[in-house]
Amino acid sequence: MAEEKGRPRHRALRAMLRNPSFLVGIAVLIAVVGIALAAPWLYPGDPLDMVAVPTLWPGEDPAYPLGTDSLGRDVAAGLAHGARVSLLVGLSAAAIGLLIGTAVGAVAGYAGGWIDNALVRITELFQTVPTFLLVIVLVSMREPTAVGIALAIGVASWPTVARLVRAEFRGLRSADFVAAAVVSGARPSRIVLRHILPNALAPIVVTTSVMVANAILTEAGLSFLNLGDPNLVSWGTMIGDGRQLLRTAWYLTALPGAAIALTVMAINLAGDGLNDVLNPRSGNQ
Amino acid sequence: MSVALRTGQALRRTAIQAVPTMLGIIVLCFLLLQLMPGDVADVLAGESGAATAESLEAIRSRAGLDQPLLVQLGQYLWNVAHFDFGQSTRFGTPVSQLILERLPNTLVLMLTALGLALGLGILTGSVMAVYAGRWPDRVLQLVVLFFYSTPGFWIGLMAIVLFSVQLGWLPSGGSQTIGAELTGLAALLDRLPYLVLPALAMASFFIAVYARLTRAALLEVLRQDYLRTAVAKGLPPFVIYTRHALRNALIPVTTVAGMHLGNLLGGAVVVETVFSWPGMGRLALEAVAGRDFNVLLGVLLLSSFLVIVTNVAVDLLHAWLDPRTEAS
Repeated sequence: MAEEKGRPRHRALRAMLRNPSFLVGIAVLIAVVGIALAAPWLYPGDPLDMVAVPTLWPGEDPAYPLGTDSLGRDVAAGLAHGARVSLLVGLSAAAIGLLIGTAVGAVAGYAGGWIDNALVRITELFQTVPTFLLVIVLVSMREPTAVGIALAIGVASWPTVARLVRAEFRGLRSADFVAAAVVSGARPSRIVLRHILPNALAPIVVTTSVMVANAILTEAGLSFLNLGDPNLVSWGTMIGDGRQLLRTAWYLTALPGAAIALTVMAINLAGDGLNDVLNPRSGNQ
Repeated sequence: MSVALRTGQALRRTAIQAVPTMLGIIVLCFLLLQLMPGDVADVLAGESGAATAESLEAIRSRAGLDQPLLVQLGQYLWNVAHFDFGQSTRFGTPVSQLILERLPNTLVLMLTALGLALGLGILTGSVMAVYAGRWPDRVLQLVVLFFYSTPGFWIGLMAIVLFSVQLGWLPSGGSQTIGAELTGLAALLDRLPYLVLPALAMASFFIAVYARLTRAALLEVLRQDYLRTAVAKGLPPFVIYTRHALRNALIPVTTVAGMHLGNLLGGAVVVETVFSWPGMGRLALEAVAGRDFNVLLGVLLLSSFLVIVTNVAVDLLHAWLDPRTEAS
């Protein structure tokens, strides 16, 4: 990174714009975010309201291009409103996980010694407990809300980030510029936040995409099991409802699942593109 | 003989690490239990319909709930050390009995899924690395990306539509033919079709994870000098790829495989629901629905234990692949 002095930001940006998988991922992602933001205008009213004859197949009635479910609710409206929940929970869960993971990893990697030992042990603890079970226990502790679910997923997903950040900090701790900062009398908090963290940012950014993707998948699993927020439509809830009619109206299960797959694929494509640019030696391509 | 020595060392090292981990998990779970709203007395009072403050106190003191937190924790640890996970508040039976009924099914599902994920993932990743940049690699990369981005339970549901509803090849749920009363090989063959779809659904995400890892690791290894030497010696490509390259490329794969075990087992909860597979995951869900927290914590503890035990196996595999491991 050190030799990329001349306008590194512009160079990285240009490299990204030349990366086709990154561009496709970002384009799809922008479309999904756009639909999520526009859902209240595109489909005004509660997506949980009954609007038409139940189980209309996609294309059967032009007013409901994606059909209706067993209670006559518009599938397209559900998908648009579900995008809001999935993206919101995914992003906030990833943010919480990143925050905890970066804090734990930074302290462990920079402090070393017994603090490092203790934090590594705690990280291992959380990594041993099956993640999804832990999320279920955390969610079932109180009434399920979107905020509570994001919190639970974030609390269960920080160990991966902590391991990564710790490894980065351990490597950078003995770098010359850190030694220079120590000699010039900078406080540890300043060294960690202003000197080491910016240099460890590339792998953290790449992990963020994986965290968001996994959080969306976890939320889908939770709401599929009816453990989600009962007042909100989410793609997972729609799959769970559609499952009752799997034999006769499988499109009710297929469509929300395809929406999840498309969104998560876009996030992963964008993440892979970022990885190629930010970690050129990672072996991809 | 050095293999046996290494195996013993790896086992001892893991045992030393596993005991504090298990202890930590028990404490963590116990504290979670304390954060849950309500206790046994509330549940029992709710079930009986009416209760006075005195009878609630009596129930609490009988269950030891009026003791200080640390005493309760000590009691809980003591009980777990004697394989006593408490009683199910819903069924009144010991939690260990409920779990042991489901354990074999979960074990079969988990090990099959792990085997499938490692086998298919490493195979796919190797094919991608060998054809890197050419069309087989590009097509497989798309397929892998799809499985990497799709919830396993949805793949399971779609597989039911295709293989059970449309084609009628495989059963859509359950773990064996009901009322068949088979034994031995016949029982095993009877169960096999029931296992295929759930194991694939549980493994799909991890097939993709291991395929991506194997591809990256193999491409890294293929650039090394010792592989050029192997090529220069005139060894056949198959020997170079399998004996020289893959063995080294598998080291990061086994490391990550160990890290993902917890996620793999967690996925069982949803997959078991999709396929009505009578395993521990569904027991956990039933416990959530019935607010049966002793059962929930028992499942949590035992599945963490399963992850630790499987990690030992992965560590042994690691030690066999990379004899230098013993140094660390």
